[in-house]
Amino acid sequence: MIKEIREPLVFELSAPGKKACLLAALDVPEKRNLLSDVPLRGAIDGFPEVSEPEVTRHFTRLSQKNYCVDVGLYPLGSCTMKYNPKINEKLSSHPPLAASHPNAPEDLVQGNLEVLKLVEGCLAEITGMDAFTLQPAAGAHGELTGMMIIRAALEGRGNPRKYVLIPDSAHGTNPSSAHICGYSVKEIKSNEDGMIDVSSLEKEMTDEVAALMVTNPNTLGVFESDICRIAEVVHTRGGFVYMDGANMNALTGIVRPGDMGIDVIHLNLHKTFSTPHGGGGPGSGPVGVKKNLAPYLPVPVIEEKGGRFVLDFDRPKTIGRVRSFYGNFSVIVRALCYILSLGPRGIREIAENAVLNANYIRKNLEGDYHLKYTASSMHECVFSDKFQKEFGVTNLDIAKRLIDYGLHPPTMSFPLIVHGALMIEPTETESRRDLDLFIGAMKSIAREARENPDVLKSAPHVTYVRRLDEVAAAKTPVLKWEKKS
Amino acid sequence: MSYISLSGKDKKEMLAALGMSSTEELFRCIPQAVRLKRDLDLPAPLAELELIRRIEDIGRRNSYPRYLSFLGGGAYDHFIPTVVDYLSSRGEFVSPYTPYQPEVSQGTLQVIFEFQTLICQLTGLDIANASLYEGATGAAEAVLMAQRITGRSKVLVARTLHPQYREVIRTYIRNLGIEAVEIPYGKDGRLDPGALAGRMDDRVAGIIYQSPNFFGIVEDVKALSEVAHSRKAVSVAVVPEALSLGLLEAPGTLGADIVTGEGQSFGIPLSFGGPYLGFMACRKEYVRQLPGRLAGETTDVDGLRGYVLTLATREQHIRRERATSNICTNQALCALRATIFLESLGKDGLREMAWQNAQKAAYAMDVLTSASGVRRKFGGPSFNEFVLEFSRPWAEVDAALREKGILCGIGLEGAYGELRNCALVSVTELKRKDDIDRLGRALKEALS
Repeated sequence: MIKEIREPLVFELSAPGKKACLLAALDVPEKRNLLSDVPLRGAIDGFPEVSEPEVTRHFTRLSQKNYCVDVGLYPLGSCTMKYNPKINEKLSSHPPLAASHPNAPEDLVQGNLEVLKLVEGCLAEITGMDAFTLQPAAGAHGELTGMMIIRAALEGRGNPRKYVLIPDSAHGTNPSSAHICGYSVKEIKSNEDGMIDVSSLEKEMTDEVAALMVTNPNTLGVFESDICRIAEVVHTRGGFVYMDGANMNALTGIVRPGDMGIDVIHLNLHKTFSTPHGGGGPGSGPVGVKKNLAPYLPVPVIEEKGGRFVLDFDRPKTIGRVRSFYGNFSVIVRALCYILSLGPRGIREIAENAVLNANYIRKNLEGDYHLKYTASSMHECVFSDKFQKEFGVTNLDIAKRLIDYGLHPPTMSFPLIVHGALMIEPTETESRRDLDLFIGAMKSIAREARENPDVLKSAPHVTYVRRLDEVAAAKTPVLKWEKKS
Repeated sequence: MSYISLSGKDKKEMLAALGMSSTEELFRCIPQAVRLKRDLDLPAPLAELELIRRIEDIGRRNSYPRYLSFLGGGAYDHFIPTVVDYLSSRGEFVSPYTPYQPEVSQGTLQVIFEFQTLICQLTGLDIANASLYEGATGAAEAVLMAQRITGRSKVLVARTLHPQYREVIRTYIRNLGIEAVEIPYGKDGRLDPGALAGRMDDRVAGIIYQSPNFFGIVEDVKALSEVAHSRKAVSVAVVPEALSLGLLEAPGTLGADIVTGEGQSFGIPLSFGGPYLGFMACRKEYVRQLPGRLAGETTDVDGLRGYVLTLATREQHIRRERATSNICTNQALCALRATIFLESLGKDGLREMAWQNAQKAAYAMDVLTSASGVRRKFGGPSFNEFVLEFSRPWAEVDAALREKGILCGIGLEGAYGELRNCALVSVTELKRKDDIDRLGRALKEALS
């Protein structure tokens, strides 16, 4: 990165009369007074006016200020930053599929519907669930959909119940989604191994509890080995088990949620199924359910009848639509390409190599960083800054120093049950060399923390901007550019 | 194909370092009873060339590309400058995560900051977020936001709001004790502000309406907002055809307090409905109630300007069940496409594109209504869509036109039982005069 190049905002590059795109001439007779009966706007003050070379350089320069998976290891825990295969990008915009209008009659878009049906089937097989909806646009959207399904099923039985149980290690979207579904949240404390404590679960699991939301492996990267017993406790009292599938990358081809008592699951295609994160979306959060919950899935449901795909809207128990149209279609195409490329063995190799890579990192850093929970790790491991604290160094300093080594920091300060957390998920696509570079950098930083803590506290040193004042940003928010008067 | 980068030797050595001899041992923590003891029942792996052929085969099952299509209704076929695809497909934009580490994410953050500015300029409001999933969930989030702002739990929802958007609102509010009352449209296809005033009371949190509405007709945002404000309710304008913002007065300027909608028209391909681009803007006093991410300007330790995600205390990862919304992901890559699109078209280009849409739709309306047995259903002013009523059942008209390779529009009887024999026709700048004339001739033949 060349530190000196600063890129202005487009509004500052702008000058009257410039444009980067010329439209075709209007080829119908122009009606000058069209829409004269409604308020029209004049030119938008401050709106950009730049040339095409300027647009190209602007965005190319901005792109160069981003770290990305295509450059190196991106070990964000619970984010599964794996490599995004390039052929999937290309095929996601394959014209005959990508040009389809979502309001087109179903008999003209059989290919699009086939893609959706194929992905539903593959996801059902991989997770051991019976039916899927691909409508949810992201993981949290899937959570909301899944919880609505559970609520509708309980209402069908006469009582939606009041509470949802969520472990204290869960991602923040879990309680938030349960809340937007009309439930109060009760937190379940983790035991000393970082797992759900079955005896506290038994105490909390009353007839007023609608569901347990569980992430497995949990956010510590630990498999809830009591999962079958946990599901039994919940089912005995008439509740449902919801699984947040964010960490499915640890399980593909090894164990299926549907075989361990899970009633509803959401997946993140942008994690386990390699679709790119795009700097924060678009994702896709399909929801899978067991047969007894299938009547509640959002409409429309795609059915196959005599070799044709048809959309079924006549589903009296459905929760309704959760999104317009059919979900994030081009993301779903990428996931299909991924599954078809890998095949059954390849899908299993995801979990095998993801877990191997995470354990390799854990093993190599165990002496250098504190590991609060020592239960065996799956696809990620969670260290803390406890050893470094005595030199006045925090997880933030460690994270920022990693940037100087040309790497992206791990997830920080999450899960909440590990103070000063550094949550590391390498994924299966990393090479031995990239893993060793990361391990080497972390070891070197541990040494620097002892010998020269200031170099950590002032990190990063090599970026376009250094530590940014987030407090000032929140105190007096500047959320848009404004023309200087 | 596999995307694993470890060699056999690597794996062996790494397992040995863990004191293991097989990968099987990595999974000892999973009870044997639940382990999958067979291979997954999935198709055999495909090489890249085989995969290309497989997807091409699936693509060939679509006959849609062979039709001349005038479909709209919440998704629009617009021109996309080449720079949009070229620049937005850079790995530096495609493959990073959410910009939680600002020092290595200034590219994404500055793009979001520019996007927020553009949305404020287009909507005429103070604050815009970094994007939402798409238009329908944006409308549902606006309903929840109106409830939070006012503490009231009833909303008036226009019948002219996109039917799918209304369905999503219904799904979202079902469990939250919010009541949605539908408000009818008048003879001209628009809401009647006078009649609306009669439905207002002090329990109403907000009025949710679409402009241009589902029939393509421009609503009187100013009058609707005045009705909302007369009872201290929130005026929410929903804009599924964002291109209209290039020509019509900004809803925020006319009194809307929240403007949300669908930005697909800004450089995002139809792609069978997604991913699209929800956007949302509001007055600055409501910023703490706004869902979704926000990028803000700040300075670094050396005093240099930079950008960060900010006001995160509204969000789920801090507030958990007390967050303003459960939203985590936004649609950053789609917002990037919209930003490149808008900056490429620029001040004049965006207005010109919107103007061409209105002109071509007006021309099409003249051509099509010159056929006998066709009339314009509503008299209100329209942007790039309009409703036609036919003398024969829509299914027959549609079938006859499809035989000629034309999709004239979306039949409305399913979503609006009262609109028998009616269809919604959309005309964008991509339709040439010849295309419109061809539709006109075909329609005349179909009805003769």
